[in-house]
Amino acid sequence: MKNKHLDAIYNGIIRENPIFVLMLGMCPTLAVTTSAINGAGMGVSTTVVLILSNMLIAALRKIIPDGVRMPAYIVVVATFVTLVDFIMEAYTQDLYASLGLYIPLIVVNCIILGRAEAYASKNTVTMSACDGIGMGLGFTVALIVIGLVREFLGAGTAFGITIYEASSVFEPIAIITKAPGAFLVLAMLAALQNKFKMKSATNGVNGGKEKGCASDCESCGTCK
Amino acid sequence: MQELIIIAITAALLSNVVLSQFLGICSFLGVSTKTDVAVGMGGAVVFVITVASAVAFGLYQILRMLHLEYLDTIVFILVIACLVQIVESFFKKFIPALYKALGVYLPLITTNCAVLGVALTNVQNKYDFWQSVVCGFGTAVGYLIAIVILAGIREKTANNDVPAPFKGSPIVMITACLMAIAFYGFANLAI
Repeated sequence: MKNKHLDAIYNGIIRENPIFVLMLGMCPTLAVTTSAINGAGMGVSTTVVLILSNMLIAALRKIIPDGVRMPAYIVVVATFVTLVDFIMEAYTQDLYASLGLYIPLIVVNCIILGRAEAYASKNTVTMSACDGIGMGLGFTVALIVIGLVREFLGAGTAFGITIYEASSVFEPIAIITKAPGAFLVLAMLAALQNKFKMKSATNGVNGGKEKGCASDCESCGTCK
Repeated sequence: MQELIIIAITAALLSNVVLSQFLGICSFLGVSTKTDVAVGMGGAVVFVITVASAVAFGLYQILRMLHLEYLDTIVFILVIACLVQIVESFFKKFIPALYKALGVYLPLITTNCAVLGVALTNVQNKYDFWQSVVCGFGTAVGYLIAIVILAGIREKTANNDVPAPFKGSPIVMITACLMAIAFYGFANLAI
């Protein structure tokens, strides 16, 4: 990885994957992964907001006074979220209906404010855009994977296409697509990561503080 | 009156904010190691959400008068951020012990999606003033119930022999999963 732009993208998808490694943005992760398509929709809309807000914040990083940077970031993020909200309401009505409340709630997604504080406020516009693309894609991929697992186990479909029917051998476990299943799948995922000692906020490699939103407080800074 | 009670019960139990809507997961998993701290956090959330839903209702009326409804997300999140600051100063001055215990989590209420979630739900459902306040209060009480129960279970199971890969957050999420199944039963309460 010689190219620093590609490196920033790679970093977001693999090395610092926001869900699998940093454990950021748990609320949408749990809520919208009932199917792979919902996961993809949420992932893409968050990616758009993330790229645009990263770019604008990076462009304004020398103008925004340090004392009011958090409110300023929130306004920037909320503006783009409102835009995405309207675009989705106009062009992707089905998806908009199933994601519902979680679209405006992108504003309070830890990933976006976390990246604004940790990355965009210190780097150039192009690099911040790459970081946004990387983090956004990492988030999208993770949501699609979790959505696929839940959809496959819970309804026997993948992207809405039936894979297997309920039979006497195996019946779809309906509760996996419901609220309790979200916790169960995430717990299994975190346990697997612990088992194979993969780098993750949950198993202590990344500081070890137990916090659902982000153990990675050093680079997030939302709570400071 | 009856309608208000139904709204409160629905918000607190039927569609529990944490266990069925997944709002406020961060603090739910993070601040639930001790019961007394969980009660403090829950109390702070009850206060912030109830006040925020009342304030958000007023603000939305103003926005509607000016035909600026599309600004609701931006306005709500800024007002919530200010409210949290006020609560923080209040705790610092009058309940220093609790302030110390809650530490970094108080500002986290700003990014607690539950607060913004309730404000937006109220707008979507076109609730009037009292319905908004009751819905906010009920939601927050649901959060309080969930986080205190989880903290209680975690205190009891702190010294249990958990399989190594499940130590830390996985076992907490399994606990939350079992609680979610229990709360799922409320969905069949027909009111």
